[in-house]
Amino acid sequence: MALVEADSSLRSSAERPGGEEGASRVRSVRGAPFSRGGVGRRARRPGGTDPVSGAVFPHRLLPFVLMLPELAVVGIFFLWPSAEGVLESVRESNAFGLGSRFAGLANFRAALSGGYLQALEVTVVFTVITTVASMGLGLLIAVQVEQVGRFKGFYRTLFVWSYAVPGAVAGSIWLFLFEPHVGPGARFLGALGLHWNFALSGTQAFALICAMTVWQQTAYDFVFFSAGLQAVPQDVVEAATVDGAGALRRFWRIVFPLLGPTTLFVVVMDVLAALFGSFAVIDVISQGGPGGSTTTLVYALYRDGFQNGDVGLAGAETVLLFIIAGVLLAVQFRVINRRVHYR
Amino acid sequence: MISVDRSDRPGVFLASAEGSSKDTGRFRRGSASSLVRHLGLVLLAAVFALPLYLCAVVATHSASDLLRGVPLLPGGQIWSNLSTLVKGIPDTPKLFSMLVNSAVMAIGVTVLKLALSIPAAYAVSFFRFPGRMVMFALIFVTLMMPIEVRFFPTYAVTANLGLLNTQTGLILPLVASATAVFLLRQFFRSFPLELADAARLDGVGPMRFLVAIVLPLARPVLAALAVLEFIYGWNQYLWPLLVASSLKRATVVIGVKGLIGAAQSFAVPQWDLVMLLALVALIPPVLVVVAMQRWFVRGLMSGIS
Repeated sequence: MALVEADSSLRSSAERPGGEEGASRVRSVRGAPFSRGGVGRRARRPGGTDPVSGAVFPHRLLPFVLMLPELAVVGIFFLWPSAEGVLESVRESNAFGLGSRFAGLANFRAALSGGYLQALEVTVVFTVITTVASMGLGLLIAVQVEQVGRFKGFYRTLFVWSYAVPGAVAGSIWLFLFEPHVGPGARFLGALGLHWNFALSGTQAFALICAMTVWQQTAYDFVFFSAGLQAVPQDVVEAATVDGAGALRRFWRIVFPLLGPTTLFVVVMDVLAALFGSFAVIDVISQGGPGGSTTTLVYALYRDGFQNGDVGLAGAETVLLFIIAGVLLAVQFRVINRRVHYR
Repeated sequence: MISVDRSDRPGVFLASAEGSSKDTGRFRRGSASSLVRHLGLVLLAAVFALPLYLCAVVATHSASDLLRGVPLLPGGQIWSNLSTLVKGIPDTPKLFSMLVNSAVMAIGVTVLKLALSIPAAYAVSFFRFPGRMVMFALIFVTLMMPIEVRFFPTYAVTANLGLLNTQTGLILPLVASATAVFLLRQFFRSFPLELADAARLDGVGPMRFLVAIVLPLARPVLAALAVLEFIYGWNQYLWPLLVASSLKRATVVIGVKGLIGAAQSFAVPQWDLVMLLALVALIPPVLVVVAMQRWFVRGLMSGIS
C-alpha cells in the first residue's frame, strides 16, 4: 500500500495550475533551458484553459520517432479501416461482388428500415436495464463492504473476480445453467412452475442475457464505487454526523453527491459495455434470437456483414455505430474533465 | 494531502448510525448489525459464485449424471473428463494448441501495447512539438472505438494485408487503440516536473531519463496496465472468431463456443466437457485478477483518477 500512498500524494502535488504555462515557456525559451524557474511555472496564464501539463525536453524530432510505432499501428488498423467503412457505406456492390458504384444514402435508408430499428430498441432497453441494475448492485455492495470492519480485502476479492471471466465463457456457463432440459436454473424455474425455454421465448432469452451481463458488470461497478467511497472526505461526513444527520440522510445528501463524478463515469462505462461488449454473450447464448429479441446493433452488424455479406449495409451500420460512439466520446470527455479538473 | 491506507479504513458514513451516534463507529458499531452485514455479504457473494461453483461441479461428473438431476457436490470424473479433452474431440481444436494460442495472444497484446504506448505517452507528456495535440487527439479518438465498432472494415483491411489466420492479424488490430496511452499519460502528467528539471540540469538526455527515472517510478502503473491488457487479450471473442477461423489458430475462449456445438451432437450432450473447458478458459484471467487484484483495480482506476 505504500506505493499507492506515495503515488497519490505525488499525484496530488503534481495536480497544479499553470502546467500549460510551463509548457509554453519551454517553447519560448528554447535554447536557454536553464532560465526557467519553479516560480514562473506556477504562475497561472490568464485565460489559459489547456489542461496540458508541462513539457520538459526541447527536442523536436525525437518525439515524432517515439510516436511513430503507435501512429503506424493506429493508422493502419484503425484509421484506414474507419475510412474504408465510411467509403463502403455510400457504395453498393453489384450482384457478383466484382465492382461497386456510388449509392448515396441508399445503404443508410436500408439500415434504418426494418430489423435495424428493432435492434436499436433492443440495444437501448438492454443498455438501460443492465446499467441501472449493475450500478445499483455495485453501489449497494460497495457501500456494505466499505462498512464492514474486518475481512474487507476478502470481500473485495469475492466481488471482483467475475469481471475477469471471458464474456463468451461466462455465456457458456449461463447457457448450460439455463439449458431447458438439463440446466439447474431451468429445472429450478420449472419447479417454480415457470415454463422455461429461452430458445422459444424472446423475453426469456433477453432476460437471461441481461442477468448474465449484470452478473459481470456489477463487479466492475463495485470496483469504481469502492474507490469512490474511499475518496469521500471523512471530515465532511463526520461533521454531518456531529450535526445529527442520520445514516441514510448522510448517504443521500453527502456521500452520493460526492460520488457524482464516479457515478457519471460508471454510467458511461456501463453503457459502452452494454453497447459493444455484449457480442460474445449474445453469440454464445442466443445468436440474436428468437425473432431478433436479442439482436443488438453490434450483433445486427455482424449478421448483415458476415452472415449476409452485405458490404454496403454493414458499412452504413458501422458509420452509425461510429456516430453513437462519438456521442459517447463527447460525454466521456466531459466526465473525465470533471474528474480531473474539479479543484 | 492526507494519504490514506485504503485497505483497512473504516467505513464512516453509515457505520455509526447503528452504534452510538457520537463517534465514527469503528469500535462502537453494534455487533448484531455487523453480523447481519457480514451474513448479507456472504450470501450475496455466494449467489455471485453459484454459476462458477455449478460449472466446477458439473466438470467433475459424467454427462449421463446430468440426466439424473443436478449434481450439487463434486464427483470423481474430472480426470477422465480431462483426458477426453486432452485427447481431443473430432472437429475441435486441440486443448494444448488452444492454450498456447490464447497465451500468445494475451502476452502478445500486453507486450506490444506496452512497447507502443510507453514511448507515445512519453512523447506527448514530456515534449512539446508541432502537431503534438493533433496526434494526441487522433489517438484519443480511438479510445471509444473498440474493436466491436470497427470490426467489419478492419476485417477487410486485415484480409487485404493477407493477415487472416496469423498471429499478427490477430494481435495488431486489438493493439490499435489508445487506452494504454491514455492511462500512461494520466500518470505522466502527474509526474513531478522538478525531477525532470533536475535530471536535465545534470545533463541527462530524454531517453536515459525515461529508462532510468520515469519507468522505474511508473512501475505500479505499468503493472496495472499489464494486468488489464493480459485479461483483455485472453478474453477476446469477436475478433478471433473472425480472424482465427482455422482450428490451428483457435483460442481457448473460441474453443468453448466450438465445443458447445460439438457436445450437442452426442447422444448425451457433453456438458461436463464444456464446463471443464470453460473452467480451463476462465482460470488464467481470474487467477491473474485475484493474485494481482491491487494492480488490476489500480489499472481500472487510473482511467479516471
